[in-house]
Parts: sequence; C-alpha cells; structure tokens
Amino acid sequence: MPDHRSPAAVASVERRVDAIQAVLHERGMQPAEFIASAERLVEEAWVPQNGARIVARAWTDPAFRTRLLANGKAAVAELGLELPRHHRHLVALENTAGVHNVICCTLCSCTAFTIIGLPPDWYKDLEYRARVVRESRTVLAEMGLLLPADTEIRVWDTTADTRYMVLPLRPADTDGWPEERLAALVTQDAMIGVALL
Amino acid sequence: MDGIHDLGGRQGFGPVRHSPTAQAFHAPWEKRVNALYSLAVRLGVFNMDEYRHGVERMEPRHYLSASYYERSLTSLATLCVEKGICTREELEALAEGGFPLALASAPGRSNEPARELFAPGDRVRARSEHVPGHVRMPAYIRGKVGVVVSESPAYPFPDAHAHGVAAADEPTYDVRFASADLWPNAADAAFVHVGVFQSYLERAP
Repeated sequence: MPDHRSPAAVASVERRVDAIQAVLHERGMQPAEFIASAERLVEEAWVPQNGARIVARAWTDPAFRTRLLANGKAAVAELGLELPRHHRHLVALENTAGVHNVICCTLCSCTAFTIIGLPPDWYKDLEYRARVVRESRTVLAEMGLLLPADTEIRVWDTTADTRYMVLPLRPADTDGWPEERLAALVTQDAMIGVALL
Repeated sequence: MDGIHDLGGRQGFGPVRHSPTAQAFHAPWEKRVNALYSLAVRLGVFNMDEYRHGVERMEPRHYLSASYYERSLTSLATLCVEKGICTREELEALAEGGFPLALASAPGRSNEPARELFAPGDRVRARSEHVPGHVRMPAYIRGKVGVVVSESPAYPFPDAHAHGVAAADEPTYDVRFASADLWPNAADAAFVHVGVFQSYLERAP
C-alpha cells in the first residue's frame, strides 16, 4: 500500500472494518444493531424483484405506464415502493424497437438501488465505468448484447441525484400472461440495459 | 477535482467482468461497511457528498487497487477522523496495523452566481472549469455542447455540500450529448445523457 510515511504494514481490510465498528460502538452509535437491520434491507427489501413488478405492471397497464414515464417516483409509490430521501426523481427509460437505453455511473456507483437492487460488482468496476459511455455498442456486444446497427443507443450517466431504470421491451409470445409471470422474466441486467429479455 | 475516480471515457481498460449472476457483496465485511457508512450518514456524521468526496480523495494508487467496499471503508474512516469521532492512531491501534486514509480536501465553492434556468430543447455548454474540491461534472463533458432533455427537482449543490459551504439547492438538467462531440472520431455512435447541475452549465449559441 503506497503510504510511505508509515512503515507499519497495512492491517487487513477485515481488521480495519472491525476497528471502525469498535469506534462507532464505543461512541454509542449501536452499529451491530444497524448492521443487522441493514442486512435485512439488502437481502429482502432492495431487490430487483421490485423493479420487475414495475416493469410487468407497465407492460400490462397502459395508464400505469404513462404515469411511470411521467413521474417515476409517484408511480412506483402506487406499488408500495419508495426511494431514499436523497433520490428525488426516478426516470423510467423506455426501450423501443429503435432505441436502446443503458445506465451507468462513471463517477462512483449510483443506482436506484431500492428499485432495481444494489448494483452488481461489474457495474461498480473501473472497466464498465470507463468504457460504457464511450464504447457503448462494443461493451454491450462484449457482454452478449448484439444490437441491430440502426438501433439508437442512449447511455445515461447517473451523475446527479436523479435515478434511472430501463423499461425493457416486452418479450414476444407473452400475450395474456399475468403480471406475476411476466415479472419473473425481468432481470436486473435488463433494467440496467445490458441485456434484452 | 480531476481525480482518478472520474473514469468516463478513459481508455486502456479491458473487458467488463460480467456475469448474469453477479452479486453486490462477496464477503460479510462488505455488508458491514455498507451498513456502517449509511449509519454515519443517518446519524448526521457526514452527508452523501462528503462521503463521495472521501472516496475521490483517496491516493490514486490506493483507489485503483482497492475493492469497491474498501473504498467505502476508507471514506468512512477518513471522515470519522476529520469529524473528530476518533483519531487515526486509535484506528491503527485497534486494527493492529496501518489504516490508510484519503488525502486532505481542497476548499469547496458555492453556486455559480450567473447560473440561469434552462428548458428542454435549450443548447447548453458545460462550463470549462477546473474545480479543486468535489464536483459532479464528469470531465468528459467539460466545454462540450449538448441539449437539455429534462429538468430534475432541486438538490443540494455537491460542490458546496461536500465541504460545509453554504449554497442554494439547484436543479439538475439531463443533457444529451452526441458521443461524436465528446470524443470526435473515437467513440461508438450513441447519445450520452448526463445529469448536470445548473451551476455547471451556460447557454450555448
């Protein structure tokens, strides 16, 4: 580790986490209790199935789709879903036959995590952040998504506190399917925009 | 700051290490770090802009070699030291080893005095500014012209909010740039939409 002032070997990352947790405990901040409640949130509440429900509803209910595209935060509240206070705006980006949307955060890792789930590792990696804004078609192809040459690609860089989700194209041959069955088709990758359904 | 974190458009990186079953967390300590920094935000020890800037201020070699959650840990610990919650010596004694922190912050700034309101369809230029402290304008749009697509509600101005500087909340604009304007002859054809704070923009002819 490049800290030339300190000859001491850097402590393992687990020991460093233990140290900061011990400090917060000592200051009365009750970190152990918060870690337990946060674990439940990330495992059970902030899951891609939330976004999948939104997508399935938008596919089956044109009035909801209109409301979702007009004001994402208000529309998802109809399904009992919410965003953190500092995510003041949710924008649903609708894929069409000629337009494909993909989201990223080049500066860090921002996502609508309460809606589409916490971002996967690769979304936060240097490679995706550096390349997807500049080499979108190449990166998508490398990830297995080959788009027609005349498809317009729109990349959305989450550099402010507006959050995005992609509304994927409904797969063919799903006419008449109930919402629950449609929702089961929707993946986090499709709501990021690196996969089709 | 023109930091190592500002990665959009940097070249030389290899393939995205993608898996359709990719996870957010890979070790229990990562979940603990994620909870601990949000606890500190919730308790008002620091805000999200201070947290982001704590990551950005990491020494570049450390930033590039650290995992995502080690970066979270480093910002959390740095801010706890800077806010007087603890000392680095206390952390290193508890950890029984070195505890690298982020480097010191440059000063922040308040809103651009000449900022103006824009409407969808307006042509705007990202101001050609070099900001020493926290800033949420990615360098790849600096000086570039795009078109306003929509407006988002007012948010705290990050350049101020990360530094305890007083400032008015301001709207952000989704601005659409053509990749060919951002990287002439050196990008895949696409529109790149960036959420840009009002202070970063000026009207373009």
